[in-house]
Amino acid sequence: MDLENFLPFLGEIVARWLKGFLPVWLVDVIMMVVVGLLIILLMVVVVMALTLLERKILGRLQDRLGPNRVGPYGLIQPIADVLKLLVKEDIIPEKADKLLHFLAPVIIVVPAFMVWAVIPFGKKLVAADLNIAVLYVIALGSVTSIAILMAGWGSGNKYALLGGFRAVAQLFSYEVPMALAILSVVMAAGSMSLQKIVEAQSPLPFVLLQPVAFLIYFICGVAETNRSPFDLPEAESEIIAGYHIEYSGVKWAMFFLAEYINTFAISAMVVTLFLGGWKGPVLPSYIWFFIKVAIMVYVFFWFRATFPRLRIDQLLNFSWKFLVPLAMANLLVTGLVVKLDLGYWGKASAYWAGNILAGGLALYLLGRFTPKKALA
Amino acid sequence: MSEEVLQLLKEKFPEAVVEIPEGTKDPTAVIRRENIREVALFLRDEIGFNYLSFMAGVDYPERFEVVYYLYSMGREPQRSNLGPLALKVYVEDKANPSLPTVSDIWPSAFQQEQEIYDMFGITFEGHPDLRRIFMWEGFPGWPLRKDFENRTFTFQELEPTRPKPPYW
Amino acid sequence: MAVALKTQEIVLNMGPQHPSTHGVFRMVLTLEGETIVDLKPVYGYLHRGIEKLSEGRSYLQAVPITDRLDYMCALTNEFAYAVAVEKLADIKPPERAEYIRVILAEFTRILNHMMAIGFLFNDLGAYFTPVLYAFRAREHILDLFEWVSGSRMMPNYIRPGGVAGDLPEGFIPKAKKLVDHLWKFADELDTFLSENEIFLQRARGVGVLPPDVAIAYGVTGPVLRASGVKYDVRRAEPYSIYDRFDFEIPTLPNGDVYDRYMLRLLEWKQSLRILEQALEQIPDGPVSEKVPRRLRPPKGEVYGRIEAPKGELGFYLVSDGSDKPYRFKIRPTSFVNLGVLREITVGHKVADVVIILGSIDITMGEVDR
Repeated sequence: MDLENFLPFLGEIVARWLKGFLPVWLVDVIMMVVVGLLIILLMVVVVMALTLLERKILGRLQDRLGPNRVGPYGLIQPIADVLKLLVKEDIIPEKADKLLHFLAPVIIVVPAFMVWAVIPFGKKLVAADLNIAVLYVIALGSVTSIAILMAGWGSGNKYALLGGFRAVAQLFSYEVPMALAILSVVMAAGSMSLQKIVEAQSPLPFVLLQPVAFLIYFICGVAETNRSPFDLPEAESEIIAGYHIEYSGVKWAMFFLAEYINTFAISAMVVTLFLGGWKGPVLPSYIWFFIKVAIMVYVFFWFRATFPRLRIDQLLNFSWKFLVPLAMANLLVTGLVVKLDLGYWGKASAYWAGNILAGGLALYLLGRFTPKKALA
Repeated sequence: MSEEVLQLLKEKFPEAVVEIPEGTKDPTAVIRRENIREVALFLRDEIGFNYLSFMAGVDYPERFEVVYYLYSMGREPQRSNLGPLALKVYVEDKANPSLPTVSDIWPSAFQQEQEIYDMFGITFEGHPDLRRIFMWEGFPGWPLRKDFENRTFTFQELEPTRPKPPYW
Repeated sequence: MAVALKTQEIVLNMGPQHPSTHGVFRMVLTLEGETIVDLKPVYGYLHRGIEKLSEGRSYLQAVPITDRLDYMCALTNEFAYAVAVEKLADIKPPERAEYIRVILAEFTRILNHMMAIGFLFNDLGAYFTPVLYAFRAREHILDLFEWVSGSRMMPNYIRPGGVAGDLPEGFIPKAKKLVDHLWKFADELDTFLSENEIFLQRARGVGVLPPDVAIAYGVTGPVLRASGVKYDVRRAEPYSIYDRFDFEIPTLPNGDVYDRYMLRLLEWKQSLRILEQALEQIPDGPVSEKVPRRLRPPKGEVYGRIEAPKGELGFYLVSDGSDKPYRFKIRPTSFVNLGVLREITVGHKVADVVIILGSIDITMGEVDR
């Protein structure tokens, strides 16, 4: 038993002990429930840490300290936040549609947790190794748009409605290039199961083979989670919190939770699909996984502190007129390379050539059609 | 420069100019209230006073006065040399004061006339949207008149005059 | 617009409590989808009756009231009031006082432009980062103000006849060091912000103000100069000692949001030029004329104006020979500049209203008085 197999080993021991006095099917059910609860617990702890980390990192980027009053270095701040949200009064506006207003936070947070069932934390640490895992993840990502529209309409507030409109337009525009980018990875790896995709990434991770798909997926991921620079639906300076403007207390905490879990999930997907998942020398696989995800999450926070926000029509233009054709071109290149039987390094160089060509053409076209500073 | 303009004005509109006061710090001409529009058009189009800096209302015991300060603003500094010209209009009727509007001649007068209406009660004939912009419709009195007391008003006094929702 | 589809316009209220309306300013927008069809501004939420209040106070007692007009740049308000009263009562302040006034006024101009640029980016969505960088530099200037006058925000320092007290020891070297730091900071901000791709996309071609519309609506200040009209009160009707300094009036041709941002940056650099010259040339001497506490100017009326950071700020004073002004009329920069808002926003999207308002740079204290 080494560090790698620690958790599965523990699971085996507990299962064997339970099988001593319970029927087998009940033990299986209990193990599944325990694993589910563990994942939920892990996610909640991670979100609490992420809220504090985001505020500290944003603060440092803005030349100030983050929260540092509550506990040493502000470490107890998330607990204070959670307590405050739990005891807040739950206000429902008079003109709100009660059922929609109640269901929206539920529908947004449950798929966020469900995505984590298929992401591989380590070599033997995946809750359910589905062989259509990628399809499952994309499908769950689409449920977010209906939840946001429910929140926007059901609040009975024009600002929320505007936020809901913008969110739906943005979300389904950015799902198309996201799906196309993932598709090229699936074609290169030959399987839709996330565990197999990670295993197919030796010796080179897919970020080196398919850099264009990596960039497309990352940008679409930022757009999917409504984070800067695509945070128009919850633009604080224009429509003041958009679709979750009328929520307070625990319901708002659910929206918040869903946003951070989605951020973490997109980072985890980027790491799994492109950066080699849990692969790495020396350290156990789950430690590598967390290190890589932490780096991606830091990049998310960095984007938030740096970029201004795009307008809705510019957002949609960017997606439909630039990302979708680029993703299709990438798909074409990948398909060609997969069909030609060139051996591993031949394929790698072919991928490189194709990506550089497609990426170079895209950048040239972008350069020609964007406004310049020294405009007459 | 503006002294010549004053002379030109006196020649062109002899019956409109009531007087040109002596010894004022800025060149001033007092215009009859019926002729203010044609004088304004002449000044803007012929002479080039295209920038109305502000309009002020003043409450004297025997009359109201409305003062217009005009400058010219060209694209280059050389043309921005027509200094201040103050036009004054006496409004004798203190019970129902009114003046023709100049908001179509100089669009910056649109908001200024709304403010003078709000503070003094002087109506401007022909103004497209004359309403009280700082105080609310129904506020008792015209604040900047001298017979409006300069004291603190309590909430109980003013609350009954406020419009009740829904008011937009 | 709605020819084939049957759409409905909604009325949205960007109300007095809003993170981006720069104070308590309310706009009633009529929207068709996301495009603005009509805009009605509603003022009066910060109306404090300053003009009426000043009629009951003597000329010296009205100085703190003028501070509270445009509270972000208080010293220039006091400067304008001092210019007007000195024109009315024929007082000429001593040389050192004039230099001190110019130095403080130019620092205030830089202060205002830093804040305007920072808050423009806040409205764009760059989540406070440029604001905090600008505020870090602002703190240095505000420290200087506190050293000179005792207060950061309401200095009550420039009075008719001169200034309230002399500069403290060691002010000039510290101010010179700060000017060097501000040159570098201006270049730093230029590097960060001017070529930002997203900012260019959002701001180029948005809220274009043609020059004749600007002149007709009485717009002054950076908004006017960004539309190509070279009008600055410091050159058109020189007051104080501005005719001794060598500086340029920048203008830019386009008149969109990007140009107004760029113009503020250029004006900031010109202010630094003036500051360098003034800090070299400042003479010794008295700092105030002997002005009686209860100043009784001769009967008459006068309009004194200056180039405040936001535009032309002036005071129209009517005196009846007593020690209190008979009419104290303020020519408010932001109020007149806001008259043009409806013209330049109709046809744009909701997201653009906020940045156009941010680029006009208003303070509600001046609009409502």
